[in-house]
Amino acid sequence: MNEELIISGRDNLMVDPHLQIWHWPIPFYLFLGGLAAGILFFAALYYIMGKEKEYPTAVRKVPFIAPIILIIGLAALFLDLRHKAYFWQLYTNIKLQSPMSWGAWTLLVITAASVVWSALHIRDLFPKWDWKYQWLREVETFFNKYKKALAWVILIYAVITGIYTGILLSAFNARPLWNTSVLGPLFLASGLSAGAAAIVLMSKDPKERQLFTRIDLIILGVELFLIVHMFMGFIASTQVQIDAAELFLGGQYTMAFWIFVVFLGIVVPASLDLMKLRGYHVPAMLPGVLVLFGSLMFRFVFVFAGQVSRWLY
Amino acid sequence: MRYAMAVDTKKCVGCSDCVVACQTENNVPIGYCRDWVVETMDGTYPQLEIELRSERCNHCDNAPCVRCCPTGASHFADGGIVLVRQNKCIGCGACIASCPYDARYPHPKGYVDKCTFCIHRVKEGMKPACVAVCPTKCMYFGDLDDPNSDVSIILKKRKSKTLIPEAGTKPQLYFLI
Amino acid sequence: MATRRQFIRISAMGTGAVLAGAAGFKLFASELTDGQKATMAALTARTPTYCEICFWKCAGWVYKGDKGAIKKITGNAEDQNCNGRFCPRGTGGVGMYYDDDRLKTPLIRTEERGKQSFREATWDEAFDYIAEKVKKISAEYGPECIALFTHGSGGHYFTTLLKAIGSPHIAAPSYAQCRGPREVAFQTTFGETIESPERTDIRDTRCLVLIGSHIGENMHNGQVQEMSDAIDKGATIITVDPRFSTAAGKSKYWLPIKPATDLALLLAWINVIINEGLYDKAYVEKYTYGFEYLKEHVKSMTPEWAYGITTIDPTLIRETAREMANAAPAVIVHPGRHVTWYGDDTQRLRAVAILNALLGSWGRRGGFYRPETFELPEAPHPPFPTPKRTWRQEFPDLYKLSDSVLANGLCDATVPDPSRNCQFHGWIVNGTNLIETLPNQANTLRAIEALDLLVVIDTMPMEITGYADVILPECTYLERYDDLRIGPHRKPQIALRMPAAEPLNNTKPAYWMARELAKKLGVIEYFPFEKIEDYLDWQLKQVGSSLEEMKRIGVKTFDRPLDDLYFAPDEDVEFYTNTGKIELYSTMIEQEGFDPMPKYTKHEEPPEGYYRLNYGRAPMHTFSRTSNNPNLTDLMDENTVWVNPRVAKEWSLSSGQYIHLENQDGKRSEFPIKVRVTERIRWDSVYMVHGFGHDQKKLRRCYGKGASDTNLITKVLVDPLMGGTGMRGNFVTFITDLKAEEVVS
Repeated sequence: MNEELIISGRDNLMVDPHLQIWHWPIPFYLFLGGLAAGILFFAALYYIMGKEKEYPTAVRKVPFIAPIILIIGLAALFLDLRHKAYFWQLYTNIKLQSPMSWGAWTLLVITAASVVWSALHIRDLFPKWDWKYQWLREVETFFNKYKKALAWVILIYAVITGIYTGILLSAFNARPLWNTSVLGPLFLASGLSAGAAAIVLMSKDPKERQLFTRIDLIILGVELFLIVHMFMGFIASTQVQIDAAELFLGGQYTMAFWIFVVFLGIVVPASLDLMKLRGYHVPAMLPGVLVLFGSLMFRFVFVFAGQVSRWLY
Repeated sequence: MRYAMAVDTKKCVGCSDCVVACQTENNVPIGYCRDWVVETMDGTYPQLEIELRSERCNHCDNAPCVRCCPTGASHFADGGIVLVRQNKCIGCGACIASCPYDARYPHPKGYVDKCTFCIHRVKEGMKPACVAVCPTKCMYFGDLDDPNSDVSIILKKRKSKTLIPEAGTKPQLYFLI
Repeated sequence: MATRRQFIRISAMGTGAVLAGAAGFKLFASELTDGQKATMAALTARTPTYCEICFWKCAGWVYKGDKGAIKKITGNAEDQNCNGRFCPRGTGGVGMYYDDDRLKTPLIRTEERGKQSFREATWDEAFDYIAEKVKKISAEYGPECIALFTHGSGGHYFTTLLKAIGSPHIAAPSYAQCRGPREVAFQTTFGETIESPERTDIRDTRCLVLIGSHIGENMHNGQVQEMSDAIDKGATIITVDPRFSTAAGKSKYWLPIKPATDLALLLAWINVIINEGLYDKAYVEKYTYGFEYLKEHVKSMTPEWAYGITTIDPTLIRETAREMANAAPAVIVHPGRHVTWYGDDTQRLRAVAILNALLGSWGRRGGFYRPETFELPEAPHPPFPTPKRTWRQEFPDLYKLSDSVLANGLCDATVPDPSRNCQFHGWIVNGTNLIETLPNQANTLRAIEALDLLVVIDTMPMEITGYADVILPECTYLERYDDLRIGPHRKPQIALRMPAAEPLNNTKPAYWMARELAKKLGVIEYFPFEKIEDYLDWQLKQVGSSLEEMKRIGVKTFDRPLDDLYFAPDEDVEFYTNTGKIELYSTMIEQEGFDPMPKYTKHEEPPEGYYRLNYGRAPMHTFSRTSNNPNLTDLMDENTVWVNPRVAKEWSLSSGQYIHLENQDGKRSEFPIKVRVTERIRWDSVYMVHGFGHDQKKLRRCYGKGASDTNLITKVLVDPLMGGTGMRGNFVTFITDLKAEEVVS
């Protein structure tokens, strides 16, 4: 028999009996950030490809929610801080080795860019909009002139936003469940599929919906592949990784993961999308809602399960 | 200058004096601790073996907590020890998640706290509180770069190990076995 | 207790202590940096004390923070008991001061005893109440019918008070509930007791044999420190224990003995050492009496015989005996401390004493040294009145070998009994939680029921306070003066306790309480000094020091008057026994009609489905005294019951599960206890740490946490020689259905 016990009664809040330092604000933000990244990615991509007129919802309408959800996400992050009065230190320091520092600055850029992007299309919502001040009108003119450059900036930063959260978690080698390089691409794929799903939900144009349904289907397939790949990696890795994988292969998060994330969040919507593309009648909102749900649950399950996985004791 | 600590598991009796002394020296709030004692037991009665260890932050050379801190609050100080600048810490908790030894904890005041190798005492020529109080005198502290320091001498004499070296952190807390 | 009292000369050692005592800095003032000077200034703003958390009484310093609040306690580098390092309980002493659950003001009960409704009272009211009752009992039954139970530094003053009114009945549970058998055993063998701190020369020993001692979990500071020194010097440790203790983890040999068979092992060791000629022939020849009787007595007690009883391999018995002999005379067969186990404890400790004598370790380096105390004059007072009756008269034939009053004896003599013509009517209880200390709680409660007066003096609302008529809240040791600590140890040494802070709330020191009561009882002349500081200063001035000096240095060491820490080679030592020699064959015990040499008797074994209840200590707690201390509950806030994996499998128990324990008399533990499934305990026993399972709601941090082993100790095996209460004859079974809550008394 082997026992390994802490005998001096260590019971640090949020550290014992297992790490519980990040609660709902974190996975909530991760979802919103991923979703915004997906939305903005497609908006910028199709603008750059010159398809603005063909897919107006994707390029112009859906991105309106991006700055809103980004700000809500940032508010959630702020609420999670335990030393809130010093939050501004994030913006007086750049730490190249810290994915969180990358994230703080990236969010600054992408939020600002998404606000500008929405501002450029403000007349889609309010046809008689007038920027009361002359300097604002000049800014609008400026960005309209360099809209393509702005779109490139958004494209790149959307990708960074989508992938950095996965890289951030994967950099924590102390949490074996997160410590896989697949996590970055997986988060990006999840964010993009959420963005595509949002576009399908909000678009009224059948052609647009068909395109993004197809895109969603492909990305869901990629996600499934990455998930399987990730587990293959865990099981073929060291003991701590095998133990981490156990959480989803018989452990306490098995049901939550395979039912909510994989089945309801990927397999079912993918099947529904396939059926829709083949011409079968499928409840219009259902796949999109399930994809969004799956994306949210994925982050919740992964953030909580990751904190349970550990090296010692 | 590279500060390090060594704990003799053959003499440690697991009394946890190190935990209380640290608490009173560093005003660690009740309910929290910066160091702790672990018992490892192996075997079947009566072929048994136990190992007792006083653990704390390892002040790693390759500290993941310093790497992941977005503001630089977590930093390397003199002698390679890892400290937290309280007025730079935003309380994001990344460093707590990044430590494979679970050595950090969120202080009720908001910032992140952990063992500091009692640098305020070391600067005045004293030993850290845990080393100074240990009734079995099983703890050693000093400068690894000084061949005459307590810790250099004992590490030359005895076999030692560190915890989970495979985590790649290069910890500077040695356990004499 | 016989110690050699000689004139003590004060040497220049005293002044040397000042420089060395400055926290070990080897720098002269001119070489210090500003930072170091500031730190040293903070360090000199400290007050000396000696700890009260356990009975080791380590001397140390109390440091205060910026706002004058007590911050940190460390050891005094000059102190022989702790060598500058306090144990976790001493370091955590700040918690005792800051514990908000402390008693704050005198309380007088308003309802039935045990119902715990009290009203706050002034000190005057409380003293009047007590004085009135004391006078009433004295008038009706005689002052001898008032007893004092004490286990704290303030006990001295209440002792004076009680003796002044004419009662000789003062008991400390540490005798019959703890060390008593070993004191009697060593007294009858060597003519002297083991003392506290134990006179074991562990730091210089080459072989330490721990039989029923768990140093390392038992955190008697000096013992643990010296064991660590011994390990450094390569000493061999041999541990005999059914449990794999921490000490066993550091031992070269661990003998996993079947419980209750230790005496057989000891006798077998004696057999091997005699038959293989491994004993110290010159020593035995010169100093002992009765060798031939002993040799004959142990002839049949071979290792093979012991194997059948103890389950320890005979080869191992021989090997360990040889190891001991090889190290002799620097060998210690440690007598342990809490030795009241099975009722034949005096005889078992006699075997330990005999074994040490054969190895020649008594009075030799690495064995047992000769301790020195310090003589201090008592405050002048009129002679104490002679009591008209004593407990000895009530129990004329019992426990003749006991030289102290038995706490359980007083308790028994309080329960009304028609066959006796008197009983105790009043108890004063100072600093001892009798409910958890005395085994057989039902008996203790019966006694309390019969009392006319129960006064409890304590710092915390321990269980015993719930039964009191009057509770007098004492301030902690950090807030008061007490008697100077006078040893014993290798060198004569005195230590000062002075307050680091003013008493919190409405608490007061014991000296003041005893003196005020003395006023009310008309015996003030026994307390000539109004302020204890004046008393201490007067005492110190008589021996060449002063209160002012002691405040600066904390501890003052003197030279031994003679260089006699150990026997000189060929020294003619006289032992305080009937024969003047070390009695391997005890004439004194024979006189009382008991076996002059120990014999093995088989003890009861647990019935089917039951397991022997073994209990012990944890290094971060002192019995039930510290269970509420916030710094120490951080380390350990409940006990666990250790269960062997084979047993756990049988009962489907898993680690972390909570169960009740029920003993052979049907008594169930009041609170459930957490299971620890571990290979470290034998399959026929369970183990738990003593001091938990508090049922006093006022102790908010520890109420209901863990279980109390005292709950389950209903069978008491009384030692016929000196009245010790053996507590390890109880067996428990597991109750996994937690809904069944009724405690059957």
